[in-house]
Amino acid sequence: MVDSLNTALRRVPAWLLYIVLPLPAFWFLYLGLTGGLGAEPIKALEQELGEFALQLLIVGLAVTPLRRFAGLNLIRFRRAIGLMAFFYVALHLLTWLVLDVQILSQIWADIVKRPYITIGMAGFVLLVPLALTSNNWSVRRLGPRWRKLHKLTYLAVLLGGVHYLMLAKGLQLEPLLYLGVILGLLALRIEPGKLRRRIGRRSAA
Amino acid sequence: MANRWKNTLTETDVTPETVYLNRRQLMGGAAGIGLAGLAGPAMAQEDALEPNEWDDITTYNNFYEFGTGKDDPARNAHALTTDPWSVKIDGMVDNPGEFAFEDIMARMTVEERIYRFRCVEAWSMVVPWNGFELADLLNLAGVQSGAKYVAFETLYRPDEMWGQKYPVLEWPYVEGLRLDEAMHPLTIMATGIYGRDIPNQNGAPLRLVVPWKYGFKSIKSVVRITLTDQEPPTSWNIANGREYGFYSNVNPEVDHPRWSQASERRIGGGLFARKIPTLMFNGYEEEVASLYEGMDLRKFI
Ligand code: HEM
Repeated sequence: MVDSLNTALRRVPAWLLYIVLPLPAFWFLYLGLTGGLGAEPIKALEQELGEFALQLLIVGLAVTPLRRFAGLNLIRFRRAIGLMAFFYVALHLLTWLVLDVQILSQIWADIVKRPYITIGMAGFVLLVPLALTSNNWSVRRLGPRWRKLHKLTYLAVLLGGVHYLMLAKGLQLEPLLYLGVILGLLALRIEPGKLRRRIGRRSAA
Repeated sequence: MANRWKNTLTETDVTPETVYLNRRQLMGGAAGIGLAGLAGPAMAQEDALEPNEWDDITTYNNFYEFGTGKDDPARNAHALTTDPWSVKIDGMVDNPGEFAFEDIMARMTVEERIYRFRCVEAWSMVVPWNGFELADLLNLAGVQSGAKYVAFETLYRPDEMWGQKYPVLEWPYVEGLRLDEAMHPLTIMATGIYGRDIPNQNGAPLRLVVPWKYGFKSIKSVVRITLTDQEPPTSWNIANGREYGFYSNVNPEVDHPRWSQASERRIGGGLFARKIPTLMFNGYEEEVASLYEGMDLRKFI
C-alpha cells in the first residue's frame, strides 16, 4: 500500500503545492469580504490563517517520522510545505498588523506586553531565516550548518503551539490537542541510543 | 420602579414594522404601558445608538455551555428546553421560593433598553433588549436589610448544554453583583431582543444585563438568585482571578493582562472595521460612577 502510494506521489510535482496551498488564503479572504466569516470577519480571518499555518507546520514536522515509521516518503514536498507554512504565518501577522490592531503605538506595546503575542512573534522571527534558506543555493552554501539551522523549526512550531494555548480563554481542548501532537512529533525525534550516549558522555566528563 | 431610565431611541426606531411583540413579550409589555404613567422621571438620556442587526446579535455569542466558538451557541443552543422554567429566589429574602417564568412575566414591566454591550475580549455591540428591572424582581421577593450581594446561577443541564461536559469552567456558571449594582435602574433581566423572545444562544428565557460591566457579568439562562451578605464567587474569577475581578467594570484605563482595553471593535463593520475608543463604564459613567466613589478601580478590577 505504502509502496504504491510512494510511486503515485513520485508523479506529483512539488511545484503543484505552491499553486494549491495558497488557495485557502484566497478562499478565506473571499469569505471575509462576502460575510462568510460571520459577524467578526477580522478575528475569524486571523484565526483561520493562524490555524492553517500551524497545521502546515505540523505536517512539515510529520514528514520525517512518516518516513521512518510508516515508510511514506514526502521529503520531496517538505520545502514547499515549510515555505507555505511561513507564507500563512506571514499573512496571519499581516492581518494582525493591518486589520486587527491598526494602531501603530499599540503594535509595539502588544508585542512586548502580551506574552502570547511575544511568543507568536518569536515563532515568526525564528521562521524568517528558515524561509530565506529554503533554496538549493543555501543548502549547498551552508553545508552541514544548514541542517543545524533548520532544527530551529522544532522550537518555532513549539512556540506556535504554546501561543495558541496561551491565547485561549479558559482551558480549551483544541489548543491542547495541537500541543500534544507537536510534543509527540518532537518526542519521536529523540533517539534513545543517542541520548544515552550523550548522557553517558556527560557523566563520564 | 420600572421605566427609571429611558432611551432617546424608541421602539419604533428599532423594531421594523413586521417584527412585533409576541406573546411572552406582550404580557409584560402591556403591563408596561399601563404603568408607564406612574413611573418617576427617567434618568440620563442615551444618545442615538445604532443597534446591531439581529443576525449579528444572535450568531456571535460567548456561551461556553454550548461550546467555546463564537458560532457554537447559535448552532447548539436549540437543544435547550426553556419551558417550563422557574427561578429560585432564596437567601436573605422575605418570600423565598420557586418563581415560574410566566408568573414573573405577569408581574413585571417589560421595557425596551438599547444598551452598548462590551465584551472583555474587546469587541462590542449595541443591543435593543426587552426586559424588566432586576430591582422589581428582587422587591417581589423582598430583600432583607442585611443583604449586601446578589448571587446568580445558570442552569446546569449537561444533556442539553454539552459544553458542561468539559471542564472549561466550573459548572454551573455563577455570577454576582453588589446589592446597589443589582438595584440600579440600568440593571435589567432581559427576556427579549428586538421585541422577540430572547433566543436560546443569548440566554433564554431570561438573563442579566449590566451594561457598564464586561459581558461575562451578564449571566445567561438564570435559574437561581440568592441574596447574601458575602461577596459571592464568580465563574471567571474562579478560573483566573488575575484576569477577571468581581467588579469587571468596563474601564479603558485598566488593561486586561493579555490585551488592551482602551479600544474596541464594534461588530458588524466587516473586514475593514476601524477600532473605536472604549468609554469609561461603557458610556454609563454619569449613571454609575457614584457607585464606586472612593474605590481604587485599578485594584478592584
Ligand atoms: C509560528 C507562528 C504562529 C503560529 C503557528 C500561530 C498560530 C495561531 C493559531 C493556531 C491561532 C488560533 C487560531 C484559532 O483560534 O483557531 C492564532 C491566533 C492568533 N495569533 Fe498567531 N500564530 C503565530 C504567530 C503570530 C504572530 C507573529 C502574531 C502577532 C504578532 C500572532 C497573533 C495572533 C492573534 C492576535 C491571534 C488571535 C487571538 C484571538 O483569537 O483573539 N500570531 N495564532
